Formats: sequence, C-alpha cells, structure tokens
Amino acid sequence: MGDNLISVNNVSVNFDYQENFISKKQKIHAVNNINIKIKKGSFFGLVGESGSGKTTLGRAILGANKISSGNVIFHDDERDYDLTDINKQDLKEYRKKAQLIFQDPYAALSPRMTVRDIIAEPLEVMKITNSRQETDERVRDIAAKCRLNIEHLRRFPHAFSGGQRQRISIARALVSNPKFIVADESVAALDVSIQADILNLLKHLQSELNLTYLFISHDLSVVAHVCDVVAVMYLGHIVEMGPSRELFKNPKHSYTKALLSSIPSIDPEKRSEAIELKGEIPSALNPPPGCVFRTRCPNPGIDCKGGEITMGLTEVEPGHWVDQCCVL
Amino acid sequence: MSHLLEVKNLDVKFDTDEGRITAVENISLSVDQGEVLGIVGESGSGKSVTAKSIMKLNPGNTSYNEDAEIILDNENVLQFTSKQDLKKIRGGKVSMIFQEPMASFAPAIKIGAQMVEQLLIHKNINKDEAKSISINMLKRVGIADAEKRFNQYAFELSGGMRQRAMIAMALSTMPKLLLADEPTTALDVTIQAQVINLIKDIIKEYQMGVIFITHDLGVIAQVADHVAVMYLGSVVEKGPVNEILKNPKHPYTKGLLQALPDINNLDAPLSPIPGNIPSPLDRPTGCVFRTRCPHHNPEGKDGKIKMKLIEVEPGHWVDQCGIQCGQNG
Repeated sequence: MGDNLISVNNVSVNFDYQENFISKKQKIHAVNNINIKIKKGSFFGLVGESGSGKTTLGRAILGANKISSGNVIFHDDERDYDLTDINKQDLKEYRKKAQLIFQDPYAALSPRMTVRDIIAEPLEVMKITNSRQETDERVRDIAAKCRLNIEHLRRFPHAFSGGQRQRISIARALVSNPKFIVADESVAALDVSIQADILNLLKHLQSELNLTYLFISHDLSVVAHVCDVVAVMYLGHIVEMGPSRELFKNPKHSYTKALLSSIPSIDPEKRSEAIELKGEIPSALNPPPGCVFRTRCPNPGIDCKGGEITMGLTEVEPGHWVDQCCVL
Repeated sequence: MSHLLEVKNLDVKFDTDEGRITAVENISLSVDQGEVLGIVGESGSGKSVTAKSIMKLNPGNTSYNEDAEIILDNENVLQFTSKQDLKKIRGGKVSMIFQEPMASFAPAIKIGAQMVEQLLIHKNINKDEAKSISINMLKRVGIADAEKRFNQYAFELSGGMRQRAMIAMALSTMPKLLLADEPTTALDVTIQAQVINLIKDIIKEYQMGVIFITHDLGVIAQVADHVAVMYLGSVVEKGPVNEILKNPKHPYTKGLLQALPDINNLDAPLSPIPGNIPSPLDRPTGCVFRTRCPHHNPEGKDGKIKMKLIEVEPGHWVDQCGIQCGQNG
C-alpha cells in the first residue's frame, strides 16, 4: 500500500428519491461498486458524460457525500484515514489534506470578500495559522505560486477575468497545504487559451508542491493531455480504466471508443467518423440490469443484450482494466 | 448572384455608464444559401453581438453606424423600425438557436404551445395545421413520441432532447437564415455529435444559410464551409475552413490552434496566448491584437497599422498587421 494515496474499495453511493409524498421511496444508484487506487503524485482522470457519477464519486472521496457501502481510505504518512467511519476531529484533519477546486470561478468566489480574505479563509476556519502576520505570509506565498499579482490581493473578485478567478480558486484550495486535490471540471468554463494556461499551472504546481490530483472532466482531449491514469465512467460504473496513453491509443470498451470518436476533429477533411450512439444515458433510478451500456451499445453480443453478464472489470493488459461484457 | 445575407462595414457600439463601448468594428461578412459560416472567437469577441444585430435584437443602448448595411434577401435590416417589419425577420426569415435550451423555453408553457404560437404569428395557418407542422418537425429532429413530447414542459426533457426541440421550433417557420449561437456547447460529446449531424442534414435538406457561432475549433472544422475568426470585435482572419485551419496566417488564429489540446498529438505542449483580452473600454488603437501578439512588428506594436483585411489567397482574408506578424512567427 506504500505508494497509494487513496484507496477506494467497493464504494457505492445511493440517494433516496421520492417523486412526491405519496409515491414509493426509490433509490438512485449514483455510484456503484467502484474500486480505484490513486498513486501518490499521480494525475488521475475521471471522464464521463453528465449523470455518470463522476462528481458524486469525487465528493464521496472528499467525505462530502455519504458512502452507502464500501470504504475510502486516505493513506497519510503517519496514519490512514477511513472515511466511512471517521469522527469529527479526524474529518477536520482530513479536510486540511484534501481540497476541492470548483468548475465555475464566477460562482465559487464571494463577491463581498477581497481576494486576500478569500484565500485566507481556509487558514482561519481550520485554525492553521496563529497570527494575522503568519496568515498574510502564507496567502502571499501561495498567491505568488499561483502567479497572482500580490497587489491584486486587496481587490474584489469582480475585477478579474475568468482565468484569474480560477487562479484565485486554486490558491484558496492550496493554502492549507493539502496533499490531494479534486479538480471538478475546473477548466470547463474557460476559453481555450486560458484553459491551456490553467492546465499548465496545475501541472507545474503538482511537481512543485508534490500534489496528487483527481481530475474530473467531460473533455477527453484535456484529460488525455494532463492525466497519467484515466477511468471512464458510465451510469455510475467504471467501464474502462488504465494508463492514459494506452487507454486512448488502444480503447477496448465500446463506450470509450464511441466517446473518442465523438470528439470533433480539428481536421475539416475528417468529418463524420463518429460512432453515433443512439439515444441518451438511461435514468439512474432504474439502470438496465447486466451491462449498463447495453441499451446504447453499437455492437452488443447476444448474451449481454439480454443483460445476463454482470458488470465487473477484467485486466486485459497490465494496468488496463475493461468491463468484462465488452471483452467477451 | 447576390448573397442571402451580406453584412457591410458594421460597427456596433453600446452606451454605458462608463462610456461608449465598441463591441464590433467594421465587420463585413456574407452567407449564401446552403452555406455554413462559422464564427469563432473567445468570450467577449463580439460573436453574439454580430449575430443579434442581424435580427436587431441588441438592447436599447446600442448604436449602429450610418453607413453600415445588413442586406438580407435584398432588404436592409438596419433600416427596419416598424414592428411589422421586424416581425418579418425575427422568427420569420431568420431563426436563432441558443446555447442554453432550458433558458430559451418558457418554463411554465408546454413546448407544443410555444411552437404553435410562433407558427400562428409568422404563417397564415390555423391551429390544427400548426400543430401537425410542429409534430412533424419534432419527428424530423429525431424525437421519439413526438405527440407526447408536444404536450410536455421543457423541464421534462433531457438536455439533448431540449436542444432538438429548440431546433425543431427554430426550423418550423422555414427560415432562410439560421443563427446558431453555441448550440452544442452545453451538451455532452456523444449528444453533441448527434446534434451536429442533425444540423448538417437539415441544412442540406432545406438549403438554408447558417451562421454557426462557437468557441470550439473542432466543431467549426466539422460543420462550417467558411470561417471568420473574431478578436475583440474585429474579424482578424476569414476564409474557407480548410485554409483557415490548415494554413492560418494570423498570429491569433495560430495561437488558438496551439492552445487546443489535440488527442492525436499528446506530446505537443499546450501553449496559451500570453496576457489577457483587454477591456473593450480601452480597446487598442490600430491592430486590436497587438497587446498580446507574440511576434509583433515594431509599427504594429505602436498601433500605427490600421486594421484592414487583405486577400492573401483566393477567398482567404487576413488583417494586414497580422500578415506581417504571422510571417515573423
């Protein structure tokens, strides 16, 4: 277990759902039986369409969603934190070590606080620093690392562009000196040239501060560029997982193949090569039994069409796992 | 042959408390029947303002220049002032699809009722005819159970389905020109691929002209015939899609392409365009891109070169300052 930072073991997250007060209570299976290990210092990518459970899994790992079954373990240097039954004191400690960067830099920053106060807030809430002077020092230090102008610390967020705001959010997430960062669609709202800038910054900070990322995104080309390991999610299940280059060069699952072919190619001569998936992602209220992808699968086998094959990952190459339905 | 739409020397300015803002400066574009013109650019580059000018949908503090012309079907839209005339273009000859389909449908009115309402305004038909046109259109865009969906509200549909319904509604009046403002940006890639194919089919079938606005160069490569690249309210480069994407001349177009992560070339570094887009309140004089241009020539840097598009290849126009800088880089 030495080189893993996070172990996710058989984790499922369910939500209760009741359409109205007389109807029957139902369960939404947002995340089903997930097993992942995130290595120290890695850039772990999680891709999938909306409704696939990426964000729920990210939040479960941060201890922000209740885990219905299974467990998440954070391997710190001195001790392990088991998030399934964690007490308040430990959860506070854990929060210093695991932080979140949000998608929308316009909504994530309070318009009434100065940039300095925004970045300093985690230090004050977690009681990490003892004096105002120490807080200021930490804030200035992290702001410089995130390439923010020190002079800008006295301003309010409205004075900044989207890219600068995202740098403020990153500085706030990093100020408590965490080891693990969940970046949830952190570049989705940005223009391409700013997106490139923020991705380069995240990469740079990773080596400088020894960070481990869980990078959640729907954009495969972005994930392919920055991540070492990628897991593809569909309807609460991981359908394929492996080293990023191997997975994108040699995708095995038909969903991954369809996703890759759907990326609009920059070459105008290569039009319409997309494997078109019919229909849309089914509701998580009653997912299809067996392979969850079979209702949209372009080439289902006879067995999986009937839903007789259960979901489960098989290792096809060292480190490259594919759902067994698509391997058969 | 005259173009379906021709925009000539258009300036759009907004009067705000902080002063007069130039949102669009000296834009000339044209669209033919059955042709897709793609407009690309970052947020704040004036893409949407340009499109809205064609329907005169910009807010009350907008002023257009005297000598600008927007010729649609041999009529100058900018001269239209009466409600009657404006009705002819808004939803009649021109329809628009927006980015966020949830925000463009009224939440408390059934989708069918909204579709019928606009048909009754623009076409001389009765309610039953309007209903059957609408349902056929919903079927045409690939919505299963069109009769059932017709009686549902926008929130009951999924994102992809809502965007299809939006397209059906925009097309049911048989417009000559379709303005699509980031129609696939809010959708997942697999749904985006479906919607792009649908839009392409429909253009072929109805032979309408389309202006397709997006920030995604990949989407442009898939749908457009011609492309105009906008930066801070000016067109810096325009031409056939193949030329622009494979043989870009302007440093801004080159910068956009280099910043794009390419899944087929994972070793290429992502290079952002340095600096930030200036505020439209202090728009640079001369070449608008000079404050961020990595290869600026001395005269261009001082703002001494005026913006002017020059034809470098047949149909491929580049801003004159950018031609020089592009050669440096």
